[in-house]
Amino acid sequence: MSWIAIGSLDDIPVRGARCVNTPVGRIAVFRTAEDQVFAIEDHCPHKGGPLSEGIVHGTSVTCPLHNWVISLETGKALGADEGETRTHQIRVEDGRLFIALERAARAA
Amino acid sequence: MKSHKSRPTADAPGKAANRCTFRIDREEVFGRPLIVLGDARDMTEKLVIIGNGMAPGRMLEHLLEKTPGRYQVTIFNAEPRVNYDRIMLSPVLSGEKGYEEIIIHGDGWYVRNGITLYKGHRIQAIDRAARTVTSAQGVTESYDKLVIATGSLPIILPVPGHDLAGVLTYRDLDDVNAMLLAAQSRAEAVVIGGGLLGLEAAAGLQAQRMNVTVVHLMPSLMERQLDPAAGYLLQKALEERGIKVLTKANTKAIHGAGKVEAVELADGTIIPASLVVMAAGIRPNAALARDAGLAINRGIVVDQGMRTSDPAIFALGECAEVGGHVYGLVAPLYEMGRVAAAQLAGDDTATFVHNDTPTKLKVTGIDVYSVGDFADGDDRQEIVLRDAAAGIYKRVVLKDDRIVGTVLFGEVSDGAWFNDLKKKAANISEMRDTLIFGQAYQGGGAFDPKAAVEALPGDAEICGCNGICKSRIVDTIKAKGLTTLDDVRAHTKASASCGSCTGLVEQLMELTLGDTYSRTAVQPMCGCTPLGHDEVRRLIKAKSLKSVPAVMQELEWKTSCGCAKCRPALNYYLVCDWPDEYADDYQSRFINERVHANIQKDGTFSVVPRMWGGVTSAAELRAIADVVDKFAIPTVKVTGGQRIDMLGIRKEDLPAVWADLGKAGFVSGHAYAKGLRTVKTCVGTDWCRFGTQDSTGFGIRIEKFMWGSWTPAKVKMAVSGCPRNCAEATCKDVGVICVDSGYEIHFAGAAGLDIKGTEVLGLVRTEDEALEHIAALVQMYREQGRYLERIYKWAKRVGIDEVRRQILHDGGMRRAYFDRFVFSQRFAQVDPWSERVSGKDKHEFRPLAAVGFSEAAE
Repeated sequence: MSWIAIGSLDDIPVRGARCVNTPVGRIAVFRTAEDQVFAIEDHCPHKGGPLSEGIVHGTSVTCPLHNWVISLETGKALGADEGETRTHQIRVEDGRLFIALERAARAA
Repeated sequence: MKSHKSRPTADAPGKAANRCTFRIDREEVFGRPLIVLGDARDMTEKLVIIGNGMAPGRMLEHLLEKTPGRYQVTIFNAEPRVNYDRIMLSPVLSGEKGYEEIIIHGDGWYVRNGITLYKGHRIQAIDRAARTVTSAQGVTESYDKLVIATGSLPIILPVPGHDLAGVLTYRDLDDVNAMLLAAQSRAEAVVIGGGLLGLEAAAGLQAQRMNVTVVHLMPSLMERQLDPAAGYLLQKALEERGIKVLTKANTKAIHGAGKVEAVELADGTIIPASLVVMAAGIRPNAALARDAGLAINRGIVVDQGMRTSDPAIFALGECAEVGGHVYGLVAPLYEMGRVAAAQLAGDDTATFVHNDTPTKLKVTGIDVYSVGDFADGDDRQEIVLRDAAAGIYKRVVLKDDRIVGTVLFGEVSDGAWFNDLKKKAANISEMRDTLIFGQAYQGGGAFDPKAAVEALPGDAEICGCNGICKSRIVDTIKAKGLTTLDDVRAHTKASASCGSCTGLVEQLMELTLGDTYSRTAVQPMCGCTPLGHDEVRRLIKAKSLKSVPAVMQELEWKTSCGCAKCRPALNYYLVCDWPDEYADDYQSRFINERVHANIQKDGTFSVVPRMWGGVTSAAELRAIADVVDKFAIPTVKVTGGQRIDMLGIRKEDLPAVWADLGKAGFVSGHAYAKGLRTVKTCVGTDWCRFGTQDSTGFGIRIEKFMWGSWTPAKVKMAVSGCPRNCAEATCKDVGVICVDSGYEIHFAGAAGLDIKGTEVLGLVRTEDEALEHIAALVQMYREQGRYLERIYKWAKRVGIDEVRRQILHDGGMRRAYFDRFVFSQRFAQVDPWSERVSGKDKHEFRPLAAVGFSEAAE
């Protein structure tokens, strides 16, 4: 697995997200109020809504299309809804962001 | 810990008998001449006490009562004075009391009780083998029993400059005198530490007319005793008195040449100061005991009988550690005194038991009380009472129907009662509904949550907006046989304005009508708070809350940063209430309002340029056509509001689309906004043979006047030139039907989820008047509406008559609403598209990065 530099933490608004276009699809990179960073597929398990456009609260995001709440930590839908979005590994080093695209993910 | 149960005996009776108890001390550097007359006849044991604070003072009182004359007592006090009430140092500092008023034991008390007091004598060594103590002045005294009560030392932050002149601590009268001296300069003081002592010092210095800044490391004041909500109220109360409070502030250095000149924080802030008070905490003063080889942990380790590891030596007060606890509040210290006295009197069953001690802040006019454990927990529940206007906050934390903690702010008279229930572990399930109101509302047997309302006198004002008192409401309900809230509103006007007294009115209805009336429970805004929209709106104004975090902190949100329901609502309320001060939080807006376009099911967006009044031109249409071609926009459609919609635009293309539209003179049509959308018009007198007024021109005027305003939900308008109503004004949020005699203003229509014809506000004669009425009406809705509540729902809640009264009949109110709307528009009428074409929020429209196959390959 290789780590790919995608930019810096400051590029993402607090409680917001930016997207990274990759061969495995668009990945949304989130930054929470506490500066935690998460990378998940920009695709709601419900009807494919762009999660990166949602409102970020705690470590969750609410999809802008139909208000499903997705955990940024697990990619799973919270509450009564069922579904899961693929998560990706991301790390922050001196404010720089690195993402890891797994083999399985790329094969998909 | 080992328990020393063996009863002490007078193991050297002869020594005591030989000792002269009549002594005249020389005048000493630190002390004053002290003459003590005593009688040695019955004194068989010698008790020496190191320290003369409140704990040993209390111990002596108990001891003298239990076994008068058993001990011959000698006290060494490092301070050159008698026992005084250290708790009352704050009133001395603030000038509310003098030193003489806080003395507990005057010189005469020591004389009367045959006690030898060495003032200003610091003990330097304890010789446990020889059972003697020796003071710095060289006085050696032997003991049979020794009590160490050396108290605590203030923690001095080891920052550069901590030893400059003008850096003080706050422990004893000397500190207070030094502060009073410094205060005469009327200059700047910095208090480091926002705990009990620090805040009392700050209040005292402020009372001495110094400019005081409190620097506190933690996010909220007194965080060990108060929850964040109470800490926030406390901070506000202090700030209202002119004390500056900086939280999360880490002191980096104290600057000055020879004496203090400024304090520097870690973030670089420099605060000028001629006086710095370190009140960052205390630690037990156990050095002497450590040197003597006694067991020491945080403090001097004692058993439950207050005995140290040496059975002949006791320790008590702030220097002692019992059961793993050290204490700094007076109640447990007095308890230690009681236990030690009993043990010294021979009662070896006396034991010290840990109890949570209530905390009170001694700042005149600020009442704070806390006791126990008030952290949240899955197994815990809480009851909270807030009265923003009165500045009251009460919180009782329950576990298994028993109180485990209490925090009170503003109204603390029930603190002792709550603490009593907590101590007794009383099951409160019976009085749960009324518990928070306090003891006065716990009647015999039947508990009634309406008791507080029932207890109000008839002339108590219930509805502040309309000045309606309790008896008027009750009498009207009875006289007219009213049974619904709307009836009561219609007949009394109570709760018909801002609605914040609705709960009270409903309780009065329940009291008056009995079981025949059941009120609707307040619907919380969302899962993050028990508060409803109305209450949140009222508190935002009442408490001057001006940011989303401030609202969440002050109103005790249950989540760290809200959710997708409350955040947009709060953002709107703040935008509406503080148009000039609040910085719009885009991360709390739905995507449509964040990127000023409407998201579609496939993640693309639609764009609707504004066409004032629905009127367009060849140039505009040409520009739209060009944009459609250039960006290959798949769908172009005319909307229900007489505008042109371009659908299927990629987000990345939005700024370029807007740039091209902007060149043709278009601005955002706000088709995405909870705000003014469109004003539909018919052609009016310009073309129509039936037209009575210039409906097109007036529609354009309204739209140009009101565009950009944010509202609780979308607002759609229409102006029809005659009662044939071609613009369909009678199903709009606000509509105008022009007639020969003027303008008939309509509102509260709906043609969506619900279908509803409008209500008529009234007829006005001129266009100017019509504009003023419409803007005032919308402003009233902006100020009172709940987020996402359309005008027709708001109007139903408030009452059509009430809207008419305020907007149509009361010219003063109408004008005030109008003026507030105009003020708000000064900050709202900025075209968001041109802003973004110029580069605002660039990040919204570009991916962070694009990763290719080569980079992704391993």
